[in-house]
Amino acid sequence: MKIALFATCIVDAMYPSTARATVSILERLGHTVVFPAGQACCGQMHMNSGYFPEAVPVVRNHVEAFEAEDYDVAVAPSGSCVASVKHQHAMLARTIGDADLETRANAVGARTYELSALLTDVLGVTDAAAELGSWYPHRVTYHPSCHGMRLLRLGDRQADLLRTVEGLELEPLPQADQCCGFGGTFSMKNADVSSAMLADKNANIAATGAGLCTGGDASCLLHIGGGLSRQGSPISTLHFAEILASTRDNPAPAPDRIGSAAGISGKAGR
Amino acid sequence: MSSTYLGMPGRPVFGDGNLHATEAFPTAARRELGNAQLRANLGHATHTIRDKRLRVVAELPDWEELRDAGSAIKESVMARLPELLEEFEANFTARGGKIHWARDAAEANKTVRDLIRDAGADEVVKVKSMATQEIGLNEYLEEQGIAAFETDLAELIVQLDHDKPSHILVPAIHKNRTQIRDIFLREMPDVDPGLTNNPARLAEAARVHLRRKFLSAKVAVSGANFAIAKSGTLAVVESEGNGRMCLTLPETLITVMGVEKLLPSWQDLEVFMQLLPRSSTGERMNPYTSLWTGVTEGDGPQNVHLVLLDNGRSAALADEMGRSALHCIRCSACMNVCPVYERTGGHAYGSTYPGPIGAILSPLLTGITSEENASLPYASSLCGACYDACPVKINIPEILVHLRAEDVDSRRGTRKTPGQMDVAMKAASWAMGAGRRMALAEKALPLGKLAAGPDRKIKKLPGIAAGWTQSRDIPAPPAQSFRDWWGKERGKSAPGENAPTITRQKEKE
Repeated sequence: MKIALFATCIVDAMYPSTARATVSILERLGHTVVFPAGQACCGQMHMNSGYFPEAVPVVRNHVEAFEAEDYDVAVAPSGSCVASVKHQHAMLARTIGDADLETRANAVGARTYELSALLTDVLGVTDAAAELGSWYPHRVTYHPSCHGMRLLRLGDRQADLLRTVEGLELEPLPQADQCCGFGGTFSMKNADVSSAMLADKNANIAATGAGLCTGGDASCLLHIGGGLSRQGSPISTLHFAEILASTRDNPAPAPDRIGSAAGISGKAGR
Repeated sequence: MSSTYLGMPGRPVFGDGNLHATEAFPTAARRELGNAQLRANLGHATHTIRDKRLRVVAELPDWEELRDAGSAIKESVMARLPELLEEFEANFTARGGKIHWARDAAEANKTVRDLIRDAGADEVVKVKSMATQEIGLNEYLEEQGIAAFETDLAELIVQLDHDKPSHILVPAIHKNRTQIRDIFLREMPDVDPGLTNNPARLAEAARVHLRRKFLSAKVAVSGANFAIAKSGTLAVVESEGNGRMCLTLPETLITVMGVEKLLPSWQDLEVFMQLLPRSSTGERMNPYTSLWTGVTEGDGPQNVHLVLLDNGRSAALADEMGRSALHCIRCSACMNVCPVYERTGGHAYGSTYPGPIGAILSPLLTGITSEENASLPYASSLCGACYDACPVKINIPEILVHLRAEDVDSRRGTRKTPGQMDVAMKAASWAMGAGRRMALAEKALPLGKLAAGPDRKIKKLPGIAAGWTQSRDIPAPPAQSFRDWWGKERGKSAPGENAPTITRQKEKE
């Protein structure tokens, strides 16, 4: 299968290792990955902040970049960006009265998948250790991000895949379905409420005894990880794609080694 | 009906009633967040109701179908509201009731005052009512020398404490038992000085306090949960029986109801009687449902009035994206699941309607006219828990975003210099409007390392981003973006807007 990677702006710029892990997983399954070079961002930040006119060129660019390419399905390692592509793009096109863009946005949205949905629903992966060689011998807890959980209805797909990683111990997270408080510009405009939500999330993470919190959205992990870092907590965050891509030969960094160095160096091999 | 066209009712005027926030949400939220007792009370109460609701909702195999039905009924009501209102008016009047139309809070308040004076009363008993809360009836009546006694236990607690409700269903959610005992000891004239914080003892004290009022009151004021157009029937759904006392004992009953509460027929009520109690109190059925159709000679109130309130509802109805907020049946399920409400409580929203529904309903009713009200649609992380919990499927996150766009648009061109957010969004729009420009912007990423210290963390940012670094670090950006890496490692040419897409076939490895 020919799969187009939508890296998303935050992964592209801040967490390139997550995109590389996504490529690695798909190639290990024998698929061809293409990277539509025109891509930039889904425009969710603009839309959710109320900047609709500013979102239009961003959405238009995404639609054009992904219809220019020949591929079977597109994938992004982010529930929230996929939800934006699937739901918000057509809504914005409708708001500005562009029926042509709406049709095209719907077509792109229909074949865009969140990574765990693609792996389980389309590619039929049920055992990460057996099919991907996934190996990550650490205690991990998992935060299901809101948009993946509620807009995409991903259910347990990400957690189920993590459970099949060799050596991984998955600790249940108390009140897992509670928002971490990121919410895009919400974390700046209502910084106090956001911080209060984050404090509770991180207390729950700490209570699991796990050394690492994983999830499917880089932005939530940036938020959670940023709070843990400020507290001086030894707990780190890592995208679930990097855990699935981790093997005995090429392991992802251990929880205590992620922090500010290894996880973002862009040099960690996959 | 009058043949003179009086024009569309306008939006509520600032200072009239309790819909307008008087300070911006972030400011009010910061203050409320500082109250540890409040946060503990709220956390405990919302989680308790939340769990109860989930249990009883799970009992119904057709819950989702019920939500769809509730949403569809409400949508059809909104589509033919004028005709349903006329049908209701004709039937209610034919059964001996009197209808009074009120465009705004001032008209509604004045109507109620005149009716109370006509009945020769200077005090009234009240059933908990969001509509009268919205128009500030109690405060207005007090100014006019009329005492209004709240009879709902939680509403009574709030009133005795000279406080404002913090929740639609549980107005005193922000107070615990000990605080309530202290209020009773301080404010109830004949209270037992040995009163403890035992819930049964507290309820008994309130019952004794209220009984005298019920038996002596000549006039009662209520709200209404539903109105059935076909028969001209009004319905009040409650838990304590105080409502039943108010609705049946006094000679005169004055009900104030928003025009959106109509249902076409009794059949439609069946859907909502399943949705409402489960969503609000987590019960299969509420203890008291009172329905009355006009006047019955020798039984119950002999003077039955209904004030039909617009107060911004026509304006909200005219908003194609936002009008479904009027589907709200005031169950409070959204606030019980909202992580923002859970931490700040209702007072932070500054309006009669707090929580997620308040964050859309208040600005829809009043308009995005002030910085204070315009801050409400941002009081959400858009986590979507409210939409999942809403029994009539109001897409609250989508309406929040719609209102944010309205707010941003309303400020366009009015400022001499654009705000920081405006500049940032414009710049990001330019950079993210093309892969080539994004690649260019990413070239500057390594500069971010300069902002990071030796521990490779950014700990302080200026301007609008300062809120982030108040409690969160940002890791230093990587040396190379993914796009750059892919171009160098996998691509034959650097990524560019018009360059051919870089592809890599596994077979060629």
